[in-house]
Amino acid sequence: MGATGTRAEPVPPTAPAPPGPVADRPRTRRPPWTRWRGFGVAWLFLAPALLIFTVFKFIPMGRAFQMSFHEVRPYLGDIWVGMDNYTRILTDEAFSSAIVRTVVLAVGQTGGSLVLGFALALLLEGTAKHLWFVRTAVFLPTIVAMAVVAEVWRILYYPGPDGTVNSVLGWVGLGPSQFLNNEDTSLWSVMSVGVWRGAPYDMMIFLAGLSGVDRSLYEASSVDGASIRRRIWHVTLPALRPVFAILFTLAAIRGLRVFTEIFLLTNGGPNGSTEVLMTLIYKVGLERHDLGVASAGSVLLLLATVVLTLAVRFARRGDSKAAS
Amino acid sequence: MSRGNRTDTALGLSYPRGPLARILRVLLYAVVVVIFAGPLLALLVGAFGKVTSPTEFTLIPQGLTLDNFTRAIDRDVLLYLLNSFVVVGGGLLLQIAVSVSASYALARKRFPGMRLVFLLILSTMMLPEEILAIPLSLVLADVPVVHVNLIGSLWGMILPVAAWGFSILVMTEFMKEIPVELEESARIDGAGEFRIFTAIVLPLCRPALGVIGIFGFTMIWDQYLLPLLVAQDSAQFTLPLALRNLRSDEEVGLGVLLAASLLALLPSVIAFLALQRQFMKGLTSGAVKG
Repeated sequence: MGATGTRAEPVPPTAPAPPGPVADRPRTRRPPWTRWRGFGVAWLFLAPALLIFTVFKFIPMGRAFQMSFHEVRPYLGDIWVGMDNYTRILTDEAFSSAIVRTVVLAVGQTGGSLVLGFALALLLEGTAKHLWFVRTAVFLPTIVAMAVVAEVWRILYYPGPDGTVNSVLGWVGLGPSQFLNNEDTSLWSVMSVGVWRGAPYDMMIFLAGLSGVDRSLYEASSVDGASIRRRIWHVTLPALRPVFAILFTLAAIRGLRVFTEIFLLTNGGPNGSTEVLMTLIYKVGLERHDLGVASAGSVLLLLATVVLTLAVRFARRGDSKAAS
Repeated sequence: MSRGNRTDTALGLSYPRGPLARILRVLLYAVVVVIFAGPLLALLVGAFGKVTSPTEFTLIPQGLTLDNFTRAIDRDVLLYLLNSFVVVGGGLLLQIAVSVSASYALARKRFPGMRLVFLLILSTMMLPEEILAIPLSLVLADVPVVHVNLIGSLWGMILPVAAWGFSILVMTEFMKEIPVELEESARIDGAGEFRIFTAIVLPLCRPALGVIGIFGFTMIWDQYLLPLLVAQDSAQFTLPLALRNLRSDEEVGLGVLLAASLLALLPSVIAFLALQRQFMKGLTSGAVKG
């Protein structure tokens, strides 16, 4: 080995050892403008992302806030209306029932996916090859584009007695249902599609969580003679609590802004029985061109999302503090 | 391998039991697979079969035919598929480039305002197309400063997805794990910032590129509202967007929808199966980070 060049003299053993070759760099002797050039380089690398986010996320968000306080009249100039758009949404019957339906749908889909996903994860946990195959097959609905899922389920839900789902129901003696075509069943039918697509996703996250559960706890409970049910209740579920919290937040936020499946499965019908906030905003804004009211709806949806995210984040922070 | 221990899994299902339990278990697996994969398999079967009535949706093939596809091609499905590939190809390429570049700054540089930038990027994950639909359609019709109209152009579907908070976060996390020594020595050797980025950081990031690649692909392929806002007529339809207009056909009925749906399904399934390991890695890392 020859001389390293940059190192002028060996460091005396009493001095604190520099952490590796990084410290050898004459960082302090650099003129100050190189520091600023470093900042410039960082911003340069960030510029594309920030530009796109600004144009397609932040400016639209600003426009939504602005329009929500105005009666928007293209080419004529907007009129300031204060909170009118918001009061119209909160008092309008169509909007309030859409909000209720959105919450029902979000809660139903989230809860259904969590329960079914957890059951699937318990059933399909393991390292065997055939389990891997079953898991992959079960996971496919999550990969497929929502538009495809919606068309497939429109066929499966064919309302006549010879429709696919109705045939299966017929085997167990349940009468033919109208599914998407009936006001009483439409929302539940949409919810089932959401659970069908959401449960496999939750299953995969649960499986990742299950693999992290301490096996010695299972052994201990087995030695103590605890039943499988008690083992799941006292060992598995507590270990998966953070996973439940994450999945709940993600699913609830996704549930609130549900659009594509409703748009394609029922488009809000029949008779408005599946009209959710997003489909209503879409109709009011882009079909009736009432941009102010539609924007107010978007802002409310955004606020709900932010509140939900922060609430769960704070709850989790308190949770982890209490745990430690 | 198959002879597991009672404490290997939560239910202890891998523990060998009697033949009855085994049959029950296989039956249960079969039911689960049929419920979740069955409808998609029926799509595959139906797309190649003669479908006459709108209720015929089975797993049993009835006569092999390509009629559905030829009819679907008559109805411009190849154009829609091409649009989809252009959007997903352009969008994904830009998305990866933008993510990697932003992550490099976030993972490697310290600069004033960094925390704010990070928060802004996090906040974009709360601003999906759905919530922004109405103002986004206005912005797309008249992009601020440059005053370009993106409505009716595939660029309108590509540019908004060119930056995605999730990819940037996953990539940043990954880059923080890469040791800095290589970059430091390259810097001492006089390599420029851009050269370090392309010649040293990028090759080391290849595993994470697979993760953000497969997620970006499924995310862009699944886009519905954005193409709906941008497309002015069927010439700009992506395949998922076009399905609604293909629901029935006077010649092959449901068949054309099944064939088109299959074409809309295959790319994402193939991409998923090819990059399954990366997909699972991203799925859990993204979820755990919240």
